[in-house]
Amino acid sequence: MKMMTIREAISNALREEMDRDDDVFIMGEEVGVWGGTYAVTRGFYDDYGERRVRDTPISEMAIVGAATGAAMNGLRPVAELMTINFAFVAMDAIVNHAAKVRYMFGGQFTVPLVIRTTTGGGRQLGATHSHSPEAIFAHFPGLYIACPSNAYDAYGMLKASIRDDNPVMFVEHSTLYQKRAEVPVDDPDFMLPIGKSNIAREGSDVTLVSYSKGVHIALEAAEQLEKDGVSAEVVDLRWLRPLDTDLFIESFKKTNRMVVVDEGYPMFGVASEITAQVMDHAFDWMDAPVKRVSAEDAPLPYSRELEQMALPDAEKVVKAVKEIVY
Amino acid sequence: MADLSKDTLLDMYRNMVVIRRLEEKSAELYQQGLIGGFLHLYIGQEATGVGAVWALGEDDHVITAYRDHGIAVSIGIEPKYILAEMMGKTTGVSKGKGGSMHLADKDKHFWGGYAIVGGHLPLATGLALRARYKDENFAVLCLMGDGSTNIGYFHESLNMSAVWDLPVVWMIENNQYGMGTAVDRASGETELVKRAVGYGMKEGPRVDGMDVLAVYDATKEALEYAKKNGPILMESLTYRFVGHSMGDPERYRTKEEVHEYQEGDPIRIFGDKLIGEHKVTQEQLDVFDREARDLINEAVEFATNSPNPEFDDLFVDIYS
Repeated sequence: MKMMTIREAISNALREEMDRDDDVFIMGEEVGVWGGTYAVTRGFYDDYGERRVRDTPISEMAIVGAATGAAMNGLRPVAELMTINFAFVAMDAIVNHAAKVRYMFGGQFTVPLVIRTTTGGGRQLGATHSHSPEAIFAHFPGLYIACPSNAYDAYGMLKASIRDDNPVMFVEHSTLYQKRAEVPVDDPDFMLPIGKSNIAREGSDVTLVSYSKGVHIALEAAEQLEKDGVSAEVVDLRWLRPLDTDLFIESFKKTNRMVVVDEGYPMFGVASEITAQVMDHAFDWMDAPVKRVSAEDAPLPYSRELEQMALPDAEKVVKAVKEIVY
Repeated sequence: MADLSKDTLLDMYRNMVVIRRLEEKSAELYQQGLIGGFLHLYIGQEATGVGAVWALGEDDHVITAYRDHGIAVSIGIEPKYILAEMMGKTTGVSKGKGGSMHLADKDKHFWGGYAIVGGHLPLATGLALRARYKDENFAVLCLMGDGSTNIGYFHESLNMSAVWDLPVVWMIENNQYGMGTAVDRASGETELVKRAVGYGMKEGPRVDGMDVLAVYDATKEALEYAKKNGPILMESLTYRFVGHSMGDPERYRTKEEVHEYQEGDPIRIFGDKLIGEHKVTQEQLDVFDREARDLINEAVEFATNSPNPEFDDLFVDIYS
């Protein structure tokens, strides 16, 4: 085990997988000479060369499309979209091609593709650069969506994603790169199973479900709630697809109360889906309405204060919990 | 000029005839409601598909758009598996999941027909990347309609292939209309190969797409160029004798225009050449025609008797 940041954990996972398998390569904007806009691939260009660390033009449709074609033809690309906001430009390549070619051609093709990208608001980047649209991509069968919250998970989930034969969107939160945790780098084959969520904190009075940055918000809220005598369990989804319904339903059956935290918009989002799953699978265990704490239903503004008000935080979560724990 | 044996020439002719008969039968089945969805026929464009595909070497690859039946036949997929796909049967090449627009055969290096205009262009870029990445000697033939030259995918995919010197032959099957919009109503530059200049890419020929051997020769040369040097953009000037898809009212062109092009039917032109230059008799060609009809009729029977997919099949092949 070694203490490292999420950035270092992802960087390590990439290096190990590239060292293990020559078919694994990186392509994207500024991944090479620049070293990655979030410095995840710093040094890679010097160490692996331009064959395996491929700078691309600013061409998101072709980055995802060409990576899909390369994956179909036996390579294992890790394509980088600088931010998930640019994934909208590549929507057709992701949704209509990467996610569908296997099904549409009766299983003839395999797409061992990882699309690494960053998500999240809170950096005063304005309405077009601050989205958290993971739910949109989780909507489509054919994709896996990974949303790690910490270095340990990011390491194990990325290694699993690269070795898997399906297209994975690997969504990193742009404000979490410096978060540190113990990472099992001494085991080169360490992987976390695809589609398995995790109890980040045990508790008995209410279940807080979240992923990515929301897990840290939920954990902070849980600390505060403990002082008020409320024991909160925190479920870290890790993956939005495959969605591990079993674990949060099991937790809910124990606590009978739930607040879902996500940074996307409240309408048609991850929190809405989790809520619906509870209705489907655990209606009889429900002691109070399931509450959602999401971003406010407005485009994210530039103003620091205004943007922070739009995003979910521990205070909002505590307030929501207190509305249903009585 | 193509140095092909008489047997090969006859096989190419046969290939064209099989496509024509398949397409006519498909139209019939569509009208009977036995084929659903969209159906885009290749009638009139056979010389392009056959010439281009026959130029492929054993290690080369091909990918195309949704007007894909002719490519599927040329690459060697038996018509019965094509018709079964169109009729939504489990025996179809894509197990009934893809339909007319999504035929493919990975083992034959045919990476499929694609229904989003231009959507397959970056796939071709990626397929070709393998050749450079692993130092393998193959090229990818990417067929596309003239309509696809105005979508963003075209720009991004061709540019990336040029930056990376990838072995792709970008072949525009210019049938002069993107659906119902004529090339000069959709493109600022109507000589579409000239787009190559913008990418620093080799500008290939504008070949007579109604002459199967001219297409064969030009494609062969382009494939060799691509393997050695990098991408090349070429055009095959052709014409579809039928509508864009079934039910096209064809208000964008006159009957006279269609008739004029039908005078230059690529199958008849090639047949005349075989008779005139290769001592083939009309009777021989008639035999091929009868054989093609029989083959297609047997294919219909196979498809008709094949099972429909069941509910559980819905969830098969979403993930590997």
